[in-house]
Amino acid sequence: MSEPAPRPPFALPARDRPAAADGGQAPAVPELLADDVTVDLTAMRTSAGVDEIIEALDRDLVGLRPVKDRISEIAALLLIDRVRARFGLAAGPPSLHMSFTGNPGTGKTTVALRMATLLHRMGYLRRGHLVTVTRDDLVGQYIGHTAPKTKDVLNRAMGGVLFIDEAYYLYRPENERDYGQEAIELLLQYMENYRDDLVVIMAGYADRMDTFFASNPGMSSRIAHHLDFPDYSLDELVAIGELMLTERRYRLSDEAQQTFRDYLARRMTQPRFANARSVRNALERARLRHANRLLAAGGSTPSSKDDLMRLEPADFLASRVFTS
Amino acid sequence: MTERWSAGVLHYAEMGYWQPDYVPKASDVLAAFRITPQPGVPPEEAGAAVAGESSTATWTVVWTDRLTDYEHYQAKCYSVEPVPGQENQYIARIAYDIDLFEEGSVANLTSSIIGNVFGFKALKALRLEDMRIPPHYVKTFQGPAHGIVMEREYLNKYGRPLLGATVKPKLGLSAKNYGRVVYEALRGGLDFTKDDENINSQPFMRWRDRFGHSMEAVNRAQADTGEIKGHYLNVTAATMEDMYERADFAAELGSLVVMIDLTVGYTAIQSMAKWARRNGVLLHLHRAGHGTYTRQKNHGVSFRVIAKWMRMAGVDHIHAGTVVGKLEGDPDMVAGYYDVLRCDKAEPDPRKGLYFEQDWASMPGVMPVASGGIHAGQMHLLLHHLGEDVILQFGGGTIGHPMGIAAGATANRVALEVMVKARNEGRNLLAEGPDILRAAAKRSPELEMALSTWGDVSFDFESTDTPDVLPTPTSAGA
Amino acid sequence: MRITQGTFSYLPDLTDAEITSQLDYAIGQGWALSVEFTDDPHPRNNYWDMWGLPMFGLADPAGALREINECRQAYPDRYIKVSAYDAHRGRQTVALSFLVNRPPHEPGFRLDRQEGAGRNIRYTTHSYALDRPAGHRYGPQ
Repeated sequence: MSEPAPRPPFALPARDRPAAADGGQAPAVPELLADDVTVDLTAMRTSAGVDEIIEALDRDLVGLRPVKDRISEIAALLLIDRVRARFGLAAGPPSLHMSFTGNPGTGKTTVALRMATLLHRMGYLRRGHLVTVTRDDLVGQYIGHTAPKTKDVLNRAMGGVLFIDEAYYLYRPENERDYGQEAIELLLQYMENYRDDLVVIMAGYADRMDTFFASNPGMSSRIAHHLDFPDYSLDELVAIGELMLTERRYRLSDEAQQTFRDYLARRMTQPRFANARSVRNALERARLRHANRLLAAGGSTPSSKDDLMRLEPADFLASRVFTS
Repeated sequence: MTERWSAGVLHYAEMGYWQPDYVPKASDVLAAFRITPQPGVPPEEAGAAVAGESSTATWTVVWTDRLTDYEHYQAKCYSVEPVPGQENQYIARIAYDIDLFEEGSVANLTSSIIGNVFGFKALKALRLEDMRIPPHYVKTFQGPAHGIVMEREYLNKYGRPLLGATVKPKLGLSAKNYGRVVYEALRGGLDFTKDDENINSQPFMRWRDRFGHSMEAVNRAQADTGEIKGHYLNVTAATMEDMYERADFAAELGSLVVMIDLTVGYTAIQSMAKWARRNGVLLHLHRAGHGTYTRQKNHGVSFRVIAKWMRMAGVDHIHAGTVVGKLEGDPDMVAGYYDVLRCDKAEPDPRKGLYFEQDWASMPGVMPVASGGIHAGQMHLLLHHLGEDVILQFGGGTIGHPMGIAAGATANRVALEVMVKARNEGRNLLAEGPDILRAAAKRSPELEMALSTWGDVSFDFESTDTPDVLPTPTSAGA
Repeated sequence: MRITQGTFSYLPDLTDAEITSQLDYAIGQGWALSVEFTDDPHPRNNYWDMWGLPMFGLADPAGALREINECRQAYPDRYIKVSAYDAHRGRQTVALSFLVNRPPHEPGFRLDRQEGAGRNIRYTTHSYALDRPAGHRYGPQ
């Protein structure tokens, strides 16, 4: 059998650390700092490695200014909490459960993943992995089915972040035989009792989340941070598109840049626009047309490396967005 | 062609036994021999001679060879390499076509490979170092009657090495008193106790009485502790019929396990392996007598080859070395033996003396047994060197405990469990082992006494059988 | 008496922290965890009652510890063990198993002997607990 990859050392939360039976050392609890000691906060921030994550977030994700700012604030709070704890000024485990509201394709899942890494880096989550579920992963179809399903998801999410997409679907008061309530009860319990072990992020459309929280005050009271993910502006969408193209080693010709922009401006106003996801889909279709265009031209002109990279207006103009 | 078949003596290398361009087939049986030719004999000729004399050759050309597909049947020496650091010693690799061997017969395999060649005058010394058994051939053997996984399921014991002890004194006890030793050791915490290899059926204790009293002890201990216990009942006897009689009685009494000595011979061992599977009883093999031919580095058969043969023959347990005990065993060599017994696939590893890759094609593993001069104070070394799938036998280390046999057993069991627990928690056994034992001894007077009685005992002699690998100088500044 | 089944039965009962440490080791090895309980501790009883299904794909032991504690709350007077299962080829069986709960009073076993021919004896390990029907085996008389 091959060796498993090395695991992060298991650090027990402070409340659970009695002496080991064989007299061995429990994981080290740092000694409290004396009252007159001073701490270099900037150095602490750097050593926690938080800055890299925040910078990566800034670099890799277009727009989302309010979200990024909020994350920086949360990171600052957590850092100060840590330092306060070193002085014995503990204020109890912070509540880190969050709600992310916004339209599809605005980066909620991506940010949740980064959040998990950040919290792990800062020592608030032992593993820092992300488990993504929807209602169907939590709720069963018959009596007794829901609890094991929900517990299984929660067990797998322990040490990391549980991301519940379209969480409001858990609450279906109009159907009295709906088992979503059971899942909600369990979630409430775990969100309260396992704050050291688990962070829950609920996501979905803003208005529906509001209704959900209004009907479930217990849930709402456990959410510490509400982050709203605004729709991207046209410029931001263009920037996202260009990032995606660079990643895939394509580029827009000068004319195509304007065409792409026009395309997005029109597409934004049409129904079922899913922000970044729609941009990605559009680029996939453009790639399809690009490939077919090159093959059709085929024999007459040999293709260069740049031809293989360069998208032209024709690759977008064929879209229904322009014709309908 | 006519020269090849003219009457008279030809060099083996000219008869086709030396073929440096031969690429072994996946279905070939391969052997690595350590040869020390007589002065004046070229190494290729020596290698070819070994190939010839372990397959089809004889000392002079015979016309009847032409009645066969000669080139198919002759073994081919395809490689001869000098051993670094030794004068006039070479490793010769020889390939044998699978057609040379009877399916599923260890006796035939060994008669073929080592039956003739070791007395050959042209060689000063010869040692069979390793063999590669192709899956095509492995699959014709029964293999271990039960294997490591099934053994643990029979005992319902997981996650730690198993513990045993050989009943001492080696000879002289009568059956009833013998059973007392078994009972005390098992109730104190060992999983197994063991007949010694020379306890068969002597005037001071006949086999039937020993079996009866031992099983009484086993069952008492099982009821006392709520755990499954076993005693290896030695069924070695003068004839196969006697062995079957004794083994059948052991099965009738409900014993979990029987044992045989290597001295009964390969054929008897295979018969007993078949019996063991048929009757649902574990088969323990004591490697009695192996040291006569496995120990010297330049001549004999390496134990790793014996281990391979015994896995194919079908034993469930085999003594394989302790590293830190009273009997011979260089750590790397022993690691090689344990790999041979336990792994499904092993890669060549010069450090461990493994010359070939070996694919056992899912044949179950054999549980290695570490026995001989080990005590509780070495538990961290034992767990570190030998791993978890092993039976640790503390004969003297249990029976010689000042507070009694049961206390000795308890001391070993406590030491083992605390060491496994510490290993799982991520502690460094080599560095912290003694501290872990001392801390556990604070709550266990039995272990405390064991550590103070034997704490300083170790057996430090230079190994007679060590790897060929030359130590590489570490990089500058390291 | 004190039944000595399980990997750590000769050590003092493991604390929750020590249990968590062992579970963490098991998860690191890629093993699945399961909790089982029984009121029939006979050594040949291979099939204890399962407390829910085995937990696959865990990243962290906290959830498994919760299951253990829930089982202890539901059955404080029974033997409860946690097992770690290794599904890799070559093993495909339990890799680690230890008790995490015992009844407050363990009556243990009796050895019954049935004399046969030739001074042979047939043995039965008799579990005192089974003298009472299921559901009433441990706890107050």
